[in-house]
Amino acid sequence: MIEMVDVWKTYPNGVMALNGIDVYIDKGEFVYVVGPSGAGKSTFIKCMYREEKPTQGSIIINGTNLAKVKERQIPKVRRKMGVIFQDFKLLPRLTVYENVAFALEVIEESPKVIRERVMEVLDLVKLKNKARMFPDELSGGEQQRVSIARSIVNHPPVVIADEPTGNLDPETAWEIMDIFKEINARGTTVVMATHNKEIVNTITKRVIAIEGGRIVRDEAKGDYGYED
Amino acid sequence: MKIRTLKRHLVEAFKSMGRNGWMSFASISAVTVTLLLVSVFLAILLNINYIASQIEDDVQIRAYIERTEKQENYAAYQKELEKLDKVKTVEYQSKEKGLDELIKSLGDEGEAFSSLKNENPLRDAFIIYTEKPQDTAAVAKEVDKFKFVNKVEYGKGTVEKLFKVTDVARNVGIVLVLGLVFTAMFLISNTIKLTIVTRRREIEIMKLVGATNGFIRWPFFIEGFALGVAGAFLPILVIAVGYQAIFDIVNQKLGTVFIELLPVTPLIPQLALLMLLIGGVIGVWGSLTSVRKFLKI
Repeated sequence: MIEMVDVWKTYPNGVMALNGIDVYIDKGEFVYVVGPSGAGKSTFIKCMYREEKPTQGSIIINGTNLAKVKERQIPKVRRKMGVIFQDFKLLPRLTVYENVAFALEVIEESPKVIRERVMEVLDLVKLKNKARMFPDELSGGEQQRVSIARSIVNHPPVVIADEPTGNLDPETAWEIMDIFKEINARGTTVVMATHNKEIVNTITKRVIAIEGGRIVRDEAKGDYGYED
Repeated sequence: MKIRTLKRHLVEAFKSMGRNGWMSFASISAVTVTLLLVSVFLAILLNINYIASQIEDDVQIRAYIERTEKQENYAAYQKELEKLDKVKTVEYQSKEKGLDELIKSLGDEGEAFSSLKNENPLRDAFIIYTEKPQDTAAVAKEVDKFKFVNKVEYGKGTVEKLFKVTDVARNVGIVLVLGLVFTAMFLISNTIKLTIVTRRREIEIMKLVGATNGFIRWPFFIEGFALGVAGAFLPILVIAVGYQAIFDIVNQKLGTVFIELLPVTPLIPQLALLMLLIGGVIGVWGSLTSVRKFLKI
Protein backbone atom coordinates (compact mmCIF):
# COMPACT_ATOMS: atom_id res chain seq x y z
CA MET A 1 0.00 0.00 0.00
CA ILE A 2 2.57 2.54 1.21
CA GLU A 3 6.20 1.58 0.91
CA MET A 4 9.22 3.77 1.53
CA VAL A 5 12.62 2.41 0.64
CA ASP A 6 15.77 4.22 1.76
CA VAL A 7 14.19 7.67 1.56
CA TRP A 8 16.47 10.67 2.06
CA LYS A 9 15.49 14.30 1.96
CA THR A 10 17.93 17.17 2.10
CA TYR A 11 16.49 20.65 1.68
CA PRO A 12 18.28 23.17 -0.54
CA ASN A 13 19.40 25.06 2.58
CA GLY A 14 21.30 21.96 3.72
CA VAL A 15 18.87 20.71 6.37
CA MET A 16 18.84 16.91 6.32
CA ALA A 17 15.24 16.12 7.22
CA LEU A 18 15.08 12.43 6.35
CA ASN A 19 18.10 10.16 6.56
CA GLY A 20 17.22 6.76 5.20
CA ILE A 21 13.59 5.90 5.97
CA ASP A 22 12.36 2.35 5.33
CA VAL A 23 8.76 1.61 6.13
CA TYR A 24 5.88 -0.50 4.92
CA ILE A 25 2.28 0.31 5.74
CA ASP A 26 -0.34 -2.22 4.75
CA LYS A 27 -3.79 -1.56 3.37
CA GLY A 28 -6.27 -0.71 6.11
CA GLU A 29 -3.66 0.04 8.77
CA PHE A 30 -3.90 2.90 11.25
CA VAL A 31 -0.48 4.44 11.92
CA TYR A 32 0.59 7.23 14.25
CA VAL A 33 3.73 9.11 13.37
CA VAL A 34 5.27 10.63 16.48
CA GLY A 35 8.48 12.38 17.39
CA PRO A 36 9.82 15.69 18.70
CA SER A 37 9.40 18.87 16.69
CA GLY A 38 11.93 19.20 13.89
CA ALA A 39 12.59 15.46 13.84
CA GLY A 40 11.37 15.03 10.27
CA LYS A 41 7.72 14.14 10.90
CA SER A 42 6.37 16.87 8.68
CA THR A 43 8.76 16.08 5.87
CA PHE A 44 7.80 12.41 6.16
CA ILE A 45 4.12 13.38 5.76
CA LYS A 46 4.80 15.89 2.98
CA CYS A 47 6.70 13.30 0.99
CA MET A 48 3.64 11.06 1.20
CA TYR A 49 1.37 13.49 -0.58
CA ARG A 50 4.17 14.65 -2.79
CA GLU A 51 4.44 18.22 -1.61
CA GLU A 52 8.12 17.40 -1.19
CA LYS A 53 10.11 15.19 -3.47
CA PRO A 54 12.67 12.92 -1.80
CA THR A 55 16.30 13.52 -2.68
CA GLN A 56 16.87 9.79 -2.84
CA GLY A 57 14.91 6.56 -2.48
CA SER A 58 11.44 5.52 -3.53
CA ILE A 59 7.98 6.07 -2.10
CA ILE A 60 5.36 3.78 -3.55
CA ILE A 61 1.73 4.61 -2.80
CA ASN A 62 -1.17 2.88 -4.54
CA GLY A 63 1.37 1.42 -6.93
CA THR A 64 2.90 4.72 -8.00
CA ASN A 65 6.46 5.74 -7.19
CA LEU A 66 6.16 9.34 -5.97
CA ALA A 67 9.90 9.88 -6.29
CA LYS A 68 9.68 9.32 -10.02
CA VAL A 69 6.22 10.65 -10.82
CA LYS A 70 6.17 13.52 -13.30
CA GLU A 71 4.86 16.94 -12.35
CA ARG A 72 1.88 16.43 -14.64
CA GLN A 73 0.92 13.17 -12.94
CA ILE A 74 0.79 14.59 -9.41
CA PRO A 75 -2.93 15.51 -9.60
CA LYS A 76 -3.74 11.89 -10.43
CA VAL A 77 -1.75 10.68 -7.42
CA ARG A 78 -3.44 13.17 -5.11
CA ARG A 79 -6.89 12.07 -6.18
CA LYS A 80 -6.16 8.73 -4.56
CA MET A 81 -5.41 10.22 -1.15
CA GLY A 82 -7.08 12.53 1.31
CA VAL A 83 -5.01 15.10 3.17
CA ILE A 84 -6.01 16.76 6.46
CA PHE A 85 -4.20 19.62 8.19
CA GLN A 86 -4.00 21.22 11.60
CA ASP A 87 -5.41 24.49 10.23
CA PHE A 88 -8.29 22.84 8.31
CA LYS A 89 -7.63 24.75 5.06
CA LEU A 90 -11.27 25.52 4.34
CA LEU A 91 -12.39 28.22 1.92
CA PRO A 92 -14.05 30.91 4.03
CA ARG A 93 -16.46 32.19 1.40
CA LEU A 94 -17.88 28.76 0.61
CA THR A 95 -20.47 26.95 2.71
CA VAL A 96 -19.80 23.61 4.35
CA TYR A 97 -21.50 21.86 1.47
CA GLU A 98 -19.57 23.85 -1.14
CA ASN A 99 -16.26 23.26 0.61
CA VAL A 100 -16.74 19.52 0.42
CA ALA A 101 -18.18 19.65 -3.10
CA PHE A 102 -15.17 21.72 -4.21
CA ALA A 103 -12.94 18.64 -4.03
CA LEU A 104 -15.17 16.88 -6.53
CA GLU A 105 -15.79 19.90 -8.75
CA VAL A 106 -12.13 20.43 -9.47
CA ILE A 107 -11.85 16.85 -10.66
CA GLU A 108 -14.92 17.42 -12.84
CA GLU A 109 -17.34 14.97 -11.25
CA SER A 110 -20.94 15.13 -12.44
CA PRO A 111 -23.36 17.21 -10.33
CA LYS A 112 -25.38 14.13 -9.49
CA VAL A 113 -22.39 12.23 -8.11
CA ILE A 114 -21.24 15.33 -6.25
CA ARG A 115 -24.61 15.76 -4.50
CA GLU A 116 -24.79 12.12 -3.45
CA ARG A 117 -21.24 11.85 -2.20
CA VAL A 118 -21.22 15.16 -0.33
CA MET A 119 -24.39 14.32 1.57
CA GLU A 120 -23.02 10.88 2.30
CA VAL A 121 -19.79 12.17 3.89
CA LEU A 122 -21.53 15.03 5.69
CA ASP A 123 -23.71 12.37 7.25
CA LEU A 124 -20.61 10.44 8.29
CA VAL A 125 -19.08 13.46 10.04
CA LYS A 126 -22.53 14.42 11.45
CA LEU A 127 -22.73 17.84 9.81
CA LYS A 128 -25.67 17.26 7.51
CA ASN A 129 -27.72 19.84 9.37
CA LYS A 130 -25.00 22.49 9.05
CA ALA A 131 -24.40 22.07 5.32
CA ARG A 132 -25.48 25.63 4.53
CA MET A 133 -23.32 27.31 7.15
CA PHE A 134 -20.03 29.06 6.54
CA PRO A 135 -16.80 27.91 8.21
CA ASP A 136 -16.64 30.92 10.55
CA GLU A 137 -20.04 29.95 11.96
CA LEU A 138 -18.65 26.59 13.08
CA SER A 139 -16.52 25.50 16.03
CA GLY A 140 -12.95 24.33 15.46
CA GLY A 141 -13.98 20.70 15.78
CA GLU A 142 -16.78 21.13 13.27
CA GLN A 143 -14.42 22.84 10.84
CA GLN A 144 -12.02 19.94 11.13
CA ARG A 145 -14.89 17.56 10.44
CA VAL A 146 -15.66 19.49 7.28
CA SER A 147 -12.04 19.15 6.18
CA ILE A 148 -12.13 15.41 6.93
CA ALA A 149 -15.33 15.13 4.91
CA ARG A 150 -13.62 16.87 2.04
CA SER A 151 -10.60 14.57 2.22
CA ILE A 152 -12.68 11.38 2.04
CA VAL A 153 -15.44 12.50 -0.31
CA ASN A 154 -13.52 11.01 -3.21
CA HIS A 155 -13.24 7.63 -1.44
CA PRO A 156 -9.41 7.62 -1.37
CA PRO A 157 -7.70 4.41 -0.19
CA VAL A 158 -5.32 6.48 1.98
CA VAL A 159 -5.91 9.39 4.34
CA ILE A 160 -2.92 11.39 5.54
CA ALA A 161 -3.40 13.72 8.49
CA ASP A 162 -0.83 16.21 9.77
CA GLU A 163 -1.64 16.96 13.44
CA PRO A 164 -5.39 17.01 12.88
CA THR A 165 -6.15 17.60 16.56
CA GLY A 166 -3.37 20.13 17.12
CA ASN A 167 -5.70 23.13 17.20
CA LEU A 168 -8.54 21.51 19.12
CA ASP A 169 -9.42 21.19 22.78
CA PRO A 170 -9.10 17.64 24.24
CA GLU A 171 -12.79 16.85 24.17
CA THR A 172 -13.18 17.85 20.54
CA ALA A 173 -10.03 15.93 19.69
CA TRP A 174 -11.71 12.73 20.87
CA GLU A 175 -14.67 13.39 18.61
CA ILE A 176 -12.34 13.81 15.69
CA MET A 177 -10.60 10.57 16.58
CA ASP A 178 -13.95 8.79 16.53
CA ILE A 179 -14.34 9.85 12.93
CA PHE A 180 -10.85 8.63 12.04
CA LYS A 181 -11.61 5.30 13.68
CA GLU A 182 -14.80 5.08 11.65
CA ILE A 183 -12.96 5.91 8.41
CA ASN A 184 -10.34 3.30 9.22
CA ALA A 185 -13.01 0.74 10.08
CA ARG A 186 -14.39 1.19 6.57
CA GLY A 187 -11.05 0.01 5.17
CA THR A 188 -9.20 3.26 4.56
CA THR A 189 -5.53 3.40 5.50
CA VAL A 190 -4.86 6.25 7.96
CA VAL A 191 -1.46 7.83 8.56
CA MET A 192 -1.54 10.48 11.26
CA ALA A 193 1.25 12.65 12.57
CA THR A 194 0.41 13.74 16.09
CA HIS A 195 1.68 15.22 19.34
CA ASN A 196 -1.32 14.04 21.35
CA LYS A 197 0.10 11.63 23.92
CA GLU A 198 -3.23 10.77 25.49
CA ILE A 199 -4.81 9.77 22.20
CA VAL A 200 -1.88 7.63 21.12
CA ASN A 201 -1.77 5.86 24.47
CA THR A 202 -5.53 5.30 24.63
CA ILE A 203 -6.48 4.39 21.09
CA THR A 204 -3.57 2.04 20.65
CA LYS A 205 -2.41 1.52 17.10
CA ARG A 206 0.86 1.10 15.27
CA VAL A 207 3.33 3.84 16.24
CA ILE A 208 6.26 5.01 14.16
CA ALA A 209 8.63 7.33 15.98
CA ILE A 210 10.93 9.56 13.98
CA GLU A 211 14.00 11.26 15.41
CA GLY A 212 16.77 12.95 13.52
CA GLY A 213 15.24 11.91 10.22
CA ARG A 214 15.29 8.18 11.07
CA ILE A 215 12.71 5.72 12.31
CA VAL A 216 13.83 4.93 15.84
CA ARG A 217 10.82 2.86 16.86
CA ASP A 218 8.07 0.99 15.02
CA GLU A 219 5.64 -0.93 17.21
CA ALA A 220 2.41 -2.65 16.24
CA LYS A 221 0.60 -1.66 19.47
CA GLY A 222 2.82 1.15 20.60
CA ASP A 223 2.58 4.07 22.95
CA TYR A 224 3.54 7.72 22.58
CA GLY A 225 6.82 7.22 24.41
CA TYR A 226 7.67 10.88 25.01
CA GLU A 227 7.04 13.22 27.94
CA ASP A 228 5.39 16.18 26.25
CA MET B 1 -13.36 20.17 -21.31
CA LYS B 2 -16.95 19.84 -20.20
CA ILE B 3 -19.38 22.72 -20.77
CA ARG B 4 -20.13 22.74 -17.04
CA THR B 5 -16.45 23.22 -16.27
CA LEU B 6 -16.10 26.00 -18.81
CA LYS B 7 -19.05 27.74 -17.22
CA ARG B 8 -17.39 27.44 -13.83
CA HIS B 9 -14.15 28.94 -15.18
CA LEU B 10 -16.04 31.83 -16.76
CA VAL B 11 -17.91 32.56 -13.53
CA GLU B 12 -14.66 32.42 -11.55
CA ALA B 13 -12.89 34.75 -13.97
CA PHE B 14 -15.61 37.39 -13.93
CA LYS B 15 -16.08 37.15 -10.17
CA SER B 16 -12.40 37.79 -9.76
CA MET B 17 -12.47 40.79 -12.09
CA GLY B 18 -15.35 42.23 -10.10
CA ARG B 19 -13.59 41.70 -6.78
CA ASN B 20 -10.48 43.47 -8.03
CA GLY B 21 -12.44 46.15 -9.82
CA TRP B 22 -9.94 48.97 -9.69
CA MET B 23 -6.99 46.90 -10.78
CA SER B 24 -9.06 45.45 -13.60
CA PHE B 25 -9.95 48.99 -14.60
CA ALA B 26 -6.27 50.01 -14.51
CA SER B 27 -5.30 47.05 -16.70
CA ILE B 28 -8.02 47.72 -19.22
CA SER B 29 -6.97 51.38 -19.32
CA ALA B 30 -3.37 50.43 -19.93
CA VAL B 31 -4.36 48.20 -22.81
CA THR B 32 -6.65 50.93 -24.12
CA VAL B 33 -3.90 53.55 -24.18
CA THR B 34 -1.46 51.10 -25.74
CA LEU B 35 -3.82 49.98 -28.45
CA LEU B 36 -4.98 53.53 -29.15
CA LEU B 37 -1.41 54.54 -29.92
CA VAL B 38 -0.69 51.31 -31.77
CA SER B 39 -3.72 51.75 -33.99
CA VAL B 40 -2.99 55.42 -34.73
CA PHE B 41 0.62 54.61 -35.54
CA LEU B 42 -0.40 51.73 -37.74
CA ALA B 43 -2.97 53.81 -39.60
CA ILE B 44 -0.37 56.52 -40.23
CA LEU B 45 2.38 54.11 -41.26
CA LEU B 46 0.16 52.13 -43.59
CA ASN B 47 -0.99 55.33 -45.23
CA ILE B 48 2.54 56.68 -45.65
CA ASN B 49 3.48 53.39 -47.26
CA TYR B 50 0.43 53.55 -49.48
CA ILE B 51 1.13 57.12 -50.59
CA ALA B 52 4.78 56.31 -51.12
CA SER B 53 3.88 53.42 -53.39
CA GLN B 54 1.53 55.65 -55.36
CA ILE B 55 4.31 58.15 -55.92
CA GLU B 56 6.66 55.32 -56.68
CA ASP B 57 4.40 54.21 -59.51
CA ASP B 58 4.59 57.69 -60.93
CA VAL B 59 8.34 57.67 -61.13
CA GLN B 60 9.23 57.96 -64.78
CA ILE B 61 12.12 59.11 -66.92
CA ARG B 62 11.45 61.71 -69.55
CA ALA B 63 13.96 61.66 -72.36
CA TYR B 64 13.51 64.74 -74.56
CA ILE B 65 14.44 64.24 -78.21
CA GLU B 66 16.74 66.65 -80.07
CA ARG B 67 14.71 68.96 -82.32
CA THR B 68 16.97 68.07 -85.22
CA GLU B 69 15.95 64.38 -85.15
CA LYS B 70 13.53 63.22 -87.78
CA GLN B 71 10.20 61.69 -86.80
CA GLU B 72 10.62 58.64 -89.04
CA ASN B 73 13.53 57.48 -86.86
CA TYR B 74 11.54 57.64 -83.66
CA ALA B 75 10.28 54.05 -83.87
CA ALA B 76 13.87 52.79 -84.12
CA TYR B 77 14.95 54.93 -81.19
CA GLN B 78 12.10 53.58 -79.12
CA LYS B 79 13.25 50.03 -79.90
CA GLU B 80 16.78 50.92 -78.80
CA LEU B 81 15.52 52.29 -75.49
CA GLU B 82 13.34 49.26 -74.93
CA LYS B 83 16.37 47.03 -75.34
CA LEU B 84 18.07 48.63 -72.33
CA ASP B 85 18.40 46.65 -69.13
CA LYS B 86 15.80 47.21 -66.40
CA VAL B 87 13.48 49.12 -68.69
CA LYS B 88 9.86 48.06 -68.42
CA THR B 89 8.06 50.21 -70.98
CA VAL B 90 8.80 53.09 -73.31
CA GLU B 91 6.07 55.42 -74.48
CA TYR B 92 6.27 58.12 -77.08
CA GLN B 93 4.78 61.49 -76.23
CA SER B 94 4.60 64.19 -78.86
CA LYS B 95 5.23 67.78 -77.86
CA GLU B 96 1.59 68.65 -78.56
CA LYS B 97 0.36 65.98 -76.18
CA GLY B 98 3.00 67.09 -73.64
CA LEU B 99 1.64 70.61 -73.73
CA ASP B 100 -1.95 69.42 -73.37
CA GLU B 101 -1.01 67.47 -70.26
CA LEU B 102 0.89 70.38 -68.81
CA ILE B 103 -2.11 72.64 -69.28
CA LYS B 104 -4.39 70.05 -67.77
CA SER B 105 -2.20 69.48 -64.71
CA LEU B 106 -2.12 73.19 -63.92
CA GLY B 107 -5.90 73.39 -63.87
CA ASP B 108 -7.49 76.82 -64.29
CA GLU B 109 -4.18 78.61 -64.45
CA GLY B 110 -3.14 76.33 -67.29
CA GLU B 111 -5.47 78.13 -69.66
CA ALA B 112 -2.93 80.92 -69.83
CA PHE B 113 -0.57 78.61 -71.63
CA SER B 114 -3.06 77.75 -74.35
CA SER B 115 -1.59 80.50 -76.49
CA LEU B 116 1.62 78.50 -76.70
CA LYS B 117 -0.09 75.95 -78.85
CA ASN B 118 0.92 77.75 -81.98
CA GLU B 119 4.54 77.96 -81.04
CA ASN B 120 5.12 74.93 -78.85
CA PRO B 121 8.33 75.36 -76.79
CA LEU B 122 8.38 71.72 -75.70
CA ARG B 123 10.14 68.80 -77.30
CA ASP B 124 8.93 65.37 -78.29
CA ALA B 125 9.76 62.87 -75.58
CA PHE B 126 10.01 59.23 -74.66
CA ILE B 127 8.55 58.34 -71.28
CA ILE B 128 10.42 55.43 -69.78
CA TYR B 129 9.26 53.31 -66.83
CA THR B 130 11.82 51.15 -65.14
CA GLU B 131 11.13 47.77 -63.63
CA LYS B 132 11.99 49.01 -60.14
CA PRO B 133 11.86 52.64 -59.00
CA GLN B 134 15.33 52.20 -57.48
CA ASP B 135 16.79 51.68 -60.98
CA THR B 136 15.63 55.07 -62.17
CA ALA B 137 18.92 56.86 -61.70
CA ALA B 138 21.00 54.21 -63.45
CA VAL B 139 18.64 53.92 -66.41
CA ALA B 140 18.43 57.69 -66.77
CA LYS B 141 22.22 57.80 -67.04
CA GLU B 142 22.18 55.19 -69.79
CA VAL B 143 19.43 56.97 -71.68
CA ASP B 144 21.32 60.24 -71.54
CA LYS B 145 24.19 58.65 -73.55
CA PHE B 146 22.08 58.35 -76.72
CA LYS B 147 22.77 61.03 -79.28
CA PHE B 148 19.11 61.67 -80.08
CA VAL B 149 18.46 62.50 -76.46
CA ASN B 150 18.69 66.15 -75.61
CA LYS B 151 17.90 66.03 -71.92
CA VAL B 152 16.81 63.52 -69.31
CA GLU B 153 14.45 64.34 -66.46
CA TYR B 154 13.38 62.12 -63.65
CA GLY B 155 11.83 62.52 -60.21
CA LYS B 156 14.71 61.00 -58.30
CA GLY B 157 15.10 62.02 -54.69
CA THR B 158 11.47 62.56 -53.73
CA VAL B 159 10.74 58.90 -53.36
CA GLU B 160 13.92 58.28 -51.39
CA LYS B 161 13.10 61.15 -49.05
CA LEU B 162 9.62 59.84 -48.52
CA PHE B 163 10.91 56.39 -47.69
CA LYS B 164 13.43 57.85 -45.26
CA VAL B 165 10.58 59.56 -43.44
CA THR B 166 8.60 56.34 -43.40
CA ASP B 167 11.57 54.44 -42.00
CA VAL B 168 12.13 56.90 -39.16
CA ALA B 169 8.43 57.00 -38.36
CA ARG B 170 8.28 53.23 -38.39
CA ASN B 171 11.27 52.79 -36.06
CA VAL B 172 10.09 55.40 -33.59
CA GLY B 173 6.64 53.86 -33.73
CA ILE B 174 7.89 50.34 -33.10
CA VAL B 175 9.95 51.39 -30.08
CA LEU B 176 7.05 53.35 -28.60
CA VAL B 177 4.55 50.62 -29.25
CA LEU B 178 6.79 47.91 -27.81
CA GLY B 179 7.33 49.99 -24.68
CA LEU B 180 3.61 50.44 -24.29
CA VAL B 181 2.85 46.79 -24.94
CA PHE B 182 5.24 45.81 -22.16
CA THR B 183 3.72 48.35 -19.79
CA ALA B 184 0.26 46.98 -20.47
CA MET B 185 1.47 43.41 -20.04
CA PHE B 186 3.15 44.32 -16.77
CA LEU B 187 -0.04 45.92 -15.48
CA ILE B 188 -2.21 42.98 -16.45
CA SER B 189 0.28 40.55 -14.99
CA ASN B 190 0.18 42.56 -11.75
CA THR B 191 -3.58 42.62 -11.66
CA ILE B 192 -3.72 38.88 -12.08
CA LYS B 193 -1.02 38.45 -9.47
CA LEU B 194 -3.20 40.38 -7.06
CA THR B 195 -6.17 38.17 -7.78
CA ILE B 196 -3.94 35.14 -7.29
CA VAL B 197 -2.68 36.32 -3.93
CA THR B 198 -6.26 36.56 -2.71
CA ARG B 199 -6.98 33.14 -4.18
CA ARG B 200 -3.75 31.50 -3.12
CA ARG B 201 -5.41 29.34 -0.48
CA GLU B 202 -7.95 28.25 -3.01
CA ILE B 203 -5.22 27.24 -5.45
CA GLU B 204 -3.37 25.37 -2.70
CA ILE B 205 -6.51 23.39 -1.80
CA MET B 206 -7.27 22.75 -5.45
CA LYS B 207 -3.81 21.27 -5.85
CA LEU B 208 -4.18 19.13 -2.74
CA VAL B 209 -7.47 17.62 -3.87
CA GLY B 210 -5.97 16.80 -7.25
CA ALA B 211 -6.90 19.61 -9.63
CA THR B 212 -4.64 19.76 -12.66
CA ASN B 213 -2.60 22.88 -13.42
CA GLY B 214 -4.65 23.38 -16.55
CA PHE B 215 -7.84 23.42 -14.54
CA ILE B 216 -6.42 26.00 -12.15
CA ARG B 217 -5.03 28.12 -14.95
CA TRP B 218 -8.23 28.44 -16.98
CA PRO B 219 -10.00 31.16 -14.98
CA PHE B 220 -6.83 33.27 -15.00
CA PHE B 221 -6.41 32.69 -18.71
CA ILE B 222 -9.99 33.84 -19.32
CA GLU B 223 -9.55 36.81 -17.02
CA GLY B 224 -6.41 37.99 -18.81
CA PHE B 225 -8.00 37.51 -22.20
CA ALA B 226 -11.13 39.39 -21.17
CA LEU B 227 -9.10 42.29 -19.74
CA GLY B 228 -7.05 42.53 -22.94
CA VAL B 229 -10.01 42.32 -25.28
CA ALA B 230 -12.01 44.81 -23.20
CA GLY B 231 -9.11 47.22 -23.60
CA ALA B 232 -9.40 46.98 -27.38
CA PHE B 233 -12.96 48.28 -27.69
CA LEU B 234 -12.36 51.99 -27.17
CA PRO B 235 -9.35 52.17 -29.52
CA ILE B 236 -11.36 50.41 -32.22
CA LEU B 237 -14.21 52.87 -31.83
CA VAL B 238 -11.87 55.87 -31.85
CA ILE B 239 -9.92 54.72 -34.89
CA ALA B 240 -13.07 53.82 -36.82
CA VAL B 241 -14.78 57.16 -36.23
CA GLY B 242 -11.60 59.21 -36.44
CA TYR B 243 -10.30 57.62 -39.60
CA GLN B 244 -13.62 57.96 -41.37
CA ALA B 245 -13.65 61.68 -40.55
CA ILE B 246 -10.06 62.24 -41.71
CA PHE B 247 -10.66 60.18 -44.82
CA ASP B 248 -13.67 62.30 -45.74
CA ILE B 249 -11.81 65.57 -45.22
CA VAL B 250 -8.75 64.49 -47.16
CA ASN B 251 -10.77 63.11 -50.03
CA GLN B 252 -12.96 66.15 -50.33
CA LYS B 253 -10.26 68.78 -50.09
CA LEU B 254 -7.12 67.15 -51.38
CA GLY B 255 -8.11 63.86 -52.88
CA THR B 256 -8.33 64.96 -56.48
CA VAL B 257 -4.97 66.70 -56.43
CA PHE B 258 -2.35 64.27 -55.27
CA ILE B 259 -3.03 62.35 -52.03
CA GLU B 260 -5.23 59.36 -51.75
CA LEU B 261 -5.67 57.58 -48.40
CA LEU B 262 -6.23 53.89 -47.87
CA PRO B 263 -9.96 53.12 -48.13
CA VAL B 264 -11.83 52.76 -44.82
CA THR B 265 -12.72 49.16 -45.62
CA PRO B 266 -10.77 46.93 -45.43
CA LEU B 267 -8.34 49.04 -43.35
CA ILE B 268 -10.57 49.57 -40.31
CA PRO B 269 -11.94 46.02 -40.00
CA GLN B 270 -8.40 44.71 -40.37
CA LEU B 271 -7.08 47.12 -37.72
CA ALA B 272 -9.99 46.20 -35.43
CA LEU B 273 -9.20 42.51 -35.72
CA LEU B 274 -5.54 43.20 -35.10
CA MET B 275 -6.34 45.27 -32.00
CA LEU B 276 -8.53 42.50 -30.58
CA LEU B 277 -5.77 40.02 -31.26
CA ILE B 278 -3.03 42.15 -29.68
CA GLY B 279 -5.26 42.92 -26.70
CA GLY B 280 -6.03 39.24 -26.20
CA VAL B 281 -2.39 38.20 -26.53
CA ILE B 282 -1.20 40.89 -24.11
CA GLY B 283 -3.83 39.80 -21.60
CA VAL B 284 -3.20 36.10 -21.85
CA TRP B 285 0.55 36.53 -21.74
CA GLY B 286 0.38 38.86 -18.76
CA SER B 287 -1.86 36.51 -16.83
CA LEU B 288 -0.06 33.28 -17.59
CA THR B 289 3.36 34.65 -16.63
CA SER B 290 2.01 35.57 -13.23
CA VAL B 291 0.18 32.28 -12.61
CA ARG B 292 3.15 30.08 -13.39
CA LYS B 293 5.04 30.42 -10.13
CA PHE B 294 1.92 30.03 -8.01
CA LEU B 295 1.30 26.58 -9.40
CA LYS B 296 4.33 25.02 -7.75
CA ILE B 297 2.68 23.75 -4.59
